[in-house]
Amino acid sequence: MRIAAKGLIDRTKPVSFTFDGKSYCGFHGDTLASALMANGVRLVGRSFKYHRPRGILTAGPEEPNAMVEVLDGASQSPNTRATVQEIYDGLAAQSQNRWPSLRYDLLSVNDLAAPFLSAGFYYKTFMWPRAFWEGLYEPLIRRAAGLGRLKPQNETASYEKAFAFCDLLVIGSGPAGLMAALTAARAGAHVILAEQDSVMGGHLLSDGGTLGMPWVDATLAELRALPNVRLMARTTVVGAYDQGTYAALERVGRHLPSAPHLPRECFWRIVAGQAILSTGALERPIAFENNDRPGIMLASAALTYLNRFGVVPGQKITLFANNDHARQAVRQLMAAGVQVAAILDSRADASTVDDCPVYLSAAVTDTQGRHGLTQISGTHAGGAFQIDTDCLLMSGGWNPLVNIACHQNARPTWREDIAAFVPHSGMVPGLTAAGSANGAFSTHAALREGADAAIAALTELGRSATAPDLPQAEDAPYRLQPLWAVPGKGRAWLDFANDVTVKDVKLAAQEGYTSVEHMKRYTTQGMAPDQGKNSNVAALAVLADATGRGIAETGTTTFRAPFTPVSIGALGAGGQGAGFAPQRYMTSDQASRDRGAPMVEAGLWYRPSYFPKPGETTWRQSCDREVLMVRSSVGVADVSTLGKIDIQGPDAARFLDFVYTNTFSTLPVGRVRYGLMLREDGFVLDDGTTARLGDTHYLMTTTTAAAGQVMRHLDFVHQAYCSDWQVRFISVTESWAQFAVAGPMAKMLLNALLDERIDDFPFMTYGEVSVEGVKARLFRISFSGEEGYEIAVPTAYGEALFRDLLAKAETLGGGAYGMEALNVMRIEKGFITHAEIHGRITAFDIGMAKMVASKKDCIGKAASQRPGLIGSEREQLVGLRPVTKTDIGAGAHLFNPGDKVERVNDQGYVTSVCWSPVLETYLGLAFLKDGRARHGQRVRLVDHMRKTDVLCEVTDPVFLDPEGAKLRA
Amino acid sequence: MRLTCPLCGTRDRREFYYSGSEDYLNRPTEGAPIEAWDDMLHLRTNPAGVTKDLWYHETGCGSWLLVTRNTVTHAVLATELVAARKGGAV
Repeated sequence: MRIAAKGLIDRTKPVSFTFDGKSYCGFHGDTLASALMANGVRLVGRSFKYHRPRGILTAGPEEPNAMVEVLDGASQSPNTRATVQEIYDGLAAQSQNRWPSLRYDLLSVNDLAAPFLSAGFYYKTFMWPRAFWEGLYEPLIRRAAGLGRLKPQNETASYEKAFAFCDLLVIGSGPAGLMAALTAARAGAHVILAEQDSVMGGHLLSDGGTLGMPWVDATLAELRALPNVRLMARTTVVGAYDQGTYAALERVGRHLPSAPHLPRECFWRIVAGQAILSTGALERPIAFENNDRPGIMLASAALTYLNRFGVVPGQKITLFANNDHARQAVRQLMAAGVQVAAILDSRADASTVDDCPVYLSAAVTDTQGRHGLTQISGTHAGGAFQIDTDCLLMSGGWNPLVNIACHQNARPTWREDIAAFVPHSGMVPGLTAAGSANGAFSTHAALREGADAAIAALTELGRSATAPDLPQAEDAPYRLQPLWAVPGKGRAWLDFANDVTVKDVKLAAQEGYTSVEHMKRYTTQGMAPDQGKNSNVAALAVLADATGRGIAETGTTTFRAPFTPVSIGALGAGGQGAGFAPQRYMTSDQASRDRGAPMVEAGLWYRPSYFPKPGETTWRQSCDREVLMVRSSVGVADVSTLGKIDIQGPDAARFLDFVYTNTFSTLPVGRVRYGLMLREDGFVLDDGTTARLGDTHYLMTTTTAAAGQVMRHLDFVHQAYCSDWQVRFISVTESWAQFAVAGPMAKMLLNALLDERIDDFPFMTYGEVSVEGVKARLFRISFSGEEGYEIAVPTAYGEALFRDLLAKAETLGGGAYGMEALNVMRIEKGFITHAEIHGRITAFDIGMAKMVASKKDCIGKAASQRPGLIGSEREQLVGLRPVTKTDIGAGAHLFNPGDKVERVNDQGYVTSVCWSPVLETYLGLAFLKDGRARHGQRVRLVDHMRKTDVLCEVTDPVFLDPEGAKLRA
Repeated sequence: MRLTCPLCGTRDRREFYYSGSEDYLNRPTEGAPIEAWDDMLHLRTNPAGVTKDLWYHETGCGSWLLVTRNTVTHAVLATELVAARKGGAV
């Protein structure tokens, strides 16, 4: 029911929405909860386990009952708290965890079976017979479990992530937060003020106190006008991490109809020099029999609905409280014209001066009303009584919101005088609590603590600040007498969200689960979406009582981030589809795609797999043709993805001698040498060619896969072991486009393009050339076994050169070749890639032990010669050729013919295979125990995945042109 | 987590590559017994408390850093350039 002239809603802007298919009207500024309440809707959900009818308990993100599914286009957001979700035109929400309808829910039969469903029910019931677990029990439980549902489709809504930096992060914009932000902002500090609510002001918006909206508005206006302040509404700080990093979730578009490019949420990482925790406090319920009916809510929530939204939750209201503070709610409701039936105060010495009946030493003992409260039963000093009432407000006192302060595993301190846990300094370095989050519950105290905390934080940052004058504000004492649960035999709820009652906690204690962490897991208390915000302290108080310990001794469970639920979509924002990894394109990319080449990922790079010609229907046809083309005329391939590192300085040669196993100081200028690089533990890191461009200038080539790793390795070796050497190096991978030109007509093709002919350009030579006036680098190297060159031009000329090379190659009967053909040709030649040097392979294994120079030290040399890394027991690189023309696959294992195929008899494994169109057979590279001594022998190749079992002949890994005659032609 | 690179300032840990123990800095001299290499390559303490390890400012300046931090409190106590250490030369 709406109350005229109350609330911060905009009554000139009506908003229509639906709940469970029925249309309702609210106003701009309403939450779904306040709008439903204004429309007289009391039943909004069903509880998790017993499917009990539930209403709205709170007015904030701690809500355990009023969780709904919000339908948003193709997707559906489950467990959305109606107390947080703002309404907008067209909002469609529906209740969850009920069937067939909210009012008639078949699983509410669970409520009748409650005596059998106590804590530990699953553990006790579904243990036997054991065979029933997978087939029967689990599917049954899974069907009944869970709250809201997701749509099975992929999430398509958009989310964002962002970073922010500030001197001071203020978390929460109540009186303490506003005062802290104002103090720091006036001192010139960069301030971020984050508020989970849509409007700033915290409880000042809803408590109806003397320090009201004028001060809030004036303060916000001043903050908004300052360039060093960022106000972030709808932003919940959800976690505190190391070195002043905080995670926050901003609801960017949750309160708006979905629109293109409007993200739902933004996940923030905020880095703050200092932070102030002014998150306020949460009022706590009291456990009594049937305290979970719709119509029973927190006193402070009613105050919020009245002052913030102009709504009252009932016609005839009753209050049950253990403190003075809660009286404000009924006084203001009475002033707004609402009938208050009675106040039940649990204290014997509380005031009776109020304009309604006040019962002292009183307690609610039971409630009635199937889908909403109609009557309560109570006791007081004079005996038992009944009151007709449709709304019962309860207040068991306040719990400071200490969660963020506990995220680094520090535990809060119990304060007996306010019967609550409070933070202490140093729990999170740089974070200070102020206001009711710190147990200072009066507005005046909050303002003062906010200002003080800001000054202290600025002092830490080396800034000075003065406290603004504090405005006049309420400073009433709180006066509370702890009351967690009213004694009784029935079910009294502690955790509404997970249906955990006082009985359950006592049962846990009785059955030996006396540690608070064990009780939590046994009863599931605190494990629902609200993470026990309403129930943790009361539950451990009940546990403390049941085990005869104090609350401080019983302690809290671990507080973990996130403070409120965070969508996986927000955490992974930007990582969907193409956002998953960066894409690196070669300069020839478009030219390759123009020719219909399917692209294959190589690390982050995209490389052409093969270049199909008309009539070719399989990759093998294209690949075979490309291999034969290179071997008979000329082929062109983009090899720009190989890592290129430019190394310069008087100690460059010495440095290369140290990182390579072989020697580069002896390499003449203008020559190229193959080099092998080890890790310090003796295994092969990478290989490649390095050219000496000048006396103190080298150009190193790495494999595509290990380019980053090699750069990191070189940086380490230089900085850790020889930082005083005069050598500098830098990655120039992306500065040069490089193309392999290979085949018997390679030189002919180059001479058709180069400004000056090359005639005498021997194998492993480097030289500077020019193409149409562009300076280029030419290397005579080969990864195909043919006469081969690699020509490099500055990246800007890459595409043009590639297209020119292809056009000229085609006139010679050649053309482009892709990764498949490149792979076939290197296998035919026994050249290794990271399929072979996969991290467990030594120089000895690949037959390169002699490349580890004996006359000098190098990285990995000592370890490469340790026992176990050399010797006949090692698996060594060999070639394999099936005895019959049978398809073989990489990954297959090798056995001696006649041996049983089992692990202990394993002789090795296959790393690479191909069909060789030149030799017209399948070929494989493999690692075989003592393989070099077994050339000519036969092994059995077994592949359980592909169901192959073939005899192969062991050969030298070089299948084609072992003398290298073509290479050197 | 944030680390202070002596050259670039305080940066998010996503800019850094974690390598491992500072033991890698103590490379035995040529001809050292195999046990010395084993110590350097494979044997590690696992302290609950102050530890020193190597981080690479991979998306920053390319510096290798020696970071002193506390594995219990997560406090970062010091960062220094590996290259600026004395006695690192081969």
